[in-house]
Amino acid sequence: MRELRKHIIIALVEDKPGVLNRIASKWRQRGFNIESLAVGHSETAGLSRMTFVVDANTDADQVVKQLDKLVDVVEIRDISDENTISRELALIKVKATAENRSLIIEIVNIFRADIIDVGPESLIIEVTGPDDKIDAMFNLLKDYGVVEIVRTGRVALLRGVASSTPGLHELAEEPFERYPEGETPYSSD
Amino acid sequence: MELTGAQMICECLVREGVEYIFGIPGGATLPFYDLLPQYPQLKHILVRHEQVAAHAADGYARASGKVGVCCATSGPGATNLVTGIANAWLDSVPIVALTGEVVRGLVGRDGFQEADITGITLPVTKHNYLALDAADLPRIMREAFYIAFTGRPGPVLIDIPRDVFQQKAEFVYPEKMEMRGYRPVPQPDREHIDRAAELINESKQPLILAGHGVIISQAYEELRELAEKDNIPVITTLLGISSFPGSHRLCLGMPGMHGMYWNNMAISECDLLIAIGMRFDDRVTGRLRDFAPNAKVIHIDIDPAEIGKNVRPTVPLQGDAKAVLKELNRQVESREREEWLAHLEELRREHPSITIRETDNLLPQYVIKTIYEASKGNCSVVTGVGQHQMWAAQFFWFDKPNSLFTAGGLGPMGFEVPAAIGVQIARPGELVWSICGDGSFQMTLQDLITVTINDLPIKFAIINNGHLGMVRQWQHLFYRDNLVATPLKNPDFVKIAEAYDILGIRVTDKHLVEAAVYRAMEHPGPVVIDFQVQKDENLYPMVPPGAALQETMDLPKYEEERVVAHA
Repeated sequence: MRELRKHIIIALVEDKPGVLNRIASKWRQRGFNIESLAVGHSETAGLSRMTFVVDANTDADQVVKQLDKLVDVVEIRDISDENTISRELALIKVKATAENRSLIIEIVNIFRADIIDVGPESLIIEVTGPDDKIDAMFNLLKDYGVVEIVRTGRVALLRGVASSTPGLHELAEEPFERYPEGETPYSSD
Repeated sequence: MELTGAQMICECLVREGVEYIFGIPGGATLPFYDLLPQYPQLKHILVRHEQVAAHAADGYARASGKVGVCCATSGPGATNLVTGIANAWLDSVPIVALTGEVVRGLVGRDGFQEADITGITLPVTKHNYLALDAADLPRIMREAFYIAFTGRPGPVLIDIPRDVFQQKAEFVYPEKMEMRGYRPVPQPDREHIDRAAELINESKQPLILAGHGVIISQAYEELRELAEKDNIPVITTLLGISSFPGSHRLCLGMPGMHGMYWNNMAISECDLLIAIGMRFDDRVTGRLRDFAPNAKVIHIDIDPAEIGKNVRPTVPLQGDAKAVLKELNRQVESREREEWLAHLEELRREHPSITIRETDNLLPQYVIKTIYEASKGNCSVVTGVGQHQMWAAQFFWFDKPNSLFTAGGLGPMGFEVPAAIGVQIARPGELVWSICGDGSFQMTLQDLITVTINDLPIKFAIINNGHLGMVRQWQHLFYRDNLVATPLKNPDFVKIAEAYDILGIRVTDKHLVEAAVYRAMEHPGPVVIDFQVQKDENLYPMVPPGAALQETMDLPKYEEERVVAHA
């Protein structure tokens, strides 16, 4: 088994029942774990945009091609190696006492996060950013006692004016670039 | 016009040009069956097990070039279809499966005879639908047939709750389809065509690997033009057999696990592989890392996901085989390749591979070769799965395009009876030989009654070695000849045939094979011949599992007993 790495994949899919199941099924078949998944309406009516982060080896490419064949998948692309911007949102419920409350608020300010709920013994913090920022904040807050954390999973777009999921015709030719000529025609294992 | 869901389905089936539906009725599909007498153009073939319905639709689709249709009720009816659907999926066969479902109010509540068939078949269908509103049915039906048939064909399932069959709605047949995510036929890159032609022109030792895609796209002439113009030998995969004339001087037969020894060596030596509509299945490649070590690869396939899946091509050509070959043929120059062809000829001469040894025993290979010679190859051949299947692929050299019907990808035993039913129905005047294994045959023999009732003059040749032969061979070779659960105590196949009002013949003597084969062909109706062949005959050549093509075990040489191979 080749080494696993994180792949960020974005897809434009029909907003219909069962679509998520079809997509998840292809990853499951290969035993790849979906680390996070975010779905919502896209700019086009009837289409949803998905961002998923998958732990997969180089066969991820193969799975993406199979997903592209699904009737309900309009466009799909692995953007792991491209110039992207990605964000995640987390809500963190942390224990807070009268003594340490101000220390927590200081951390919140440094991370440009917000406190969105205050209770007598706890705070709920909302933080947005790249996932490593959320990890860092979580690690700092752990000492105070994190009761719960919920994360949305990453959402991502390509930087610049280019659409993250280009037109159909461009996409149809794209797989060729993944197999540059001149290399040995076979993978080594 | 307001119609019920069931009426809409019938109307759509008629519009799609469907003539035959293979199926079994049940509670959930009764509203549909209730209507069938009003649609005499839709002929229903009642089978005795839903697996047969799916395989028969599969055989019908392959032989007719149309979409095959099967139908089952909810729950167990639908789950029994699954083997046939999975087979159509792996072999790229266009079938549409209609399944009844429990009423909408019971869906998801474990209603009687409920099974989540859209969930179950999700990984083995090209697409599937759960129709929850009759108004959607015309669109769903139209899309289903289009998806099944276009691009790389495959099965599509439509699950219809009983009350949707009965629901009334306005029937609006869609003029056009809008499927934003479905792009069935990719176009090859111009530059890649140029590059491929260059590679072919530069190559000294090229080989063509022709697969099922050639048959599906009916690229017989284009393939032949490429091969003949450029003197490139053609190897046909199991499903590619009959894409190129078997008796052609450039035809080398099958490669891979039970392919011709010379082919496996040729693949290992060639400097260019032109793979057309095939997917480098592990039964073809052997150990991948040692596959065709000296070759550049041109891979023509309509399915972008096949390109680079197992073998990374030097030049990928996405597209329909016929269209791509037409383009390619324009640029390919004529070559003689005398040295390469002479070398392959020598390999062929030196290796027995499909020699039949001289013996008084009744050998399975001899039976198949006799059927080949008696029919002069002028027939359609269906097989089950096992040793007999491989022998049929080895000893029948098909000249007629699209004349072998075999289950390659999934390998479901029991294919030979139902698929033969489908093939014979698609080709009424044709001689259809079904080469059966004694184990494989027993998985679906109940449908001999379907053969009888529908007057299908299929000739079933059971290669009866009293074992699950292929598995026995593996136990013999790789498990110390420890024959566990492979010896079969078989019923009397002649009596079984007679019970179904079919002519049954038993052959235990080599000298009676020919007579039995001719008798079967002269008999106007169906025939079952029980050929009781040598029990421990092994199938060669063989690439042991996990080994490379270079390690092919050829047929042992029986020097003093050799007869001339017909190839």
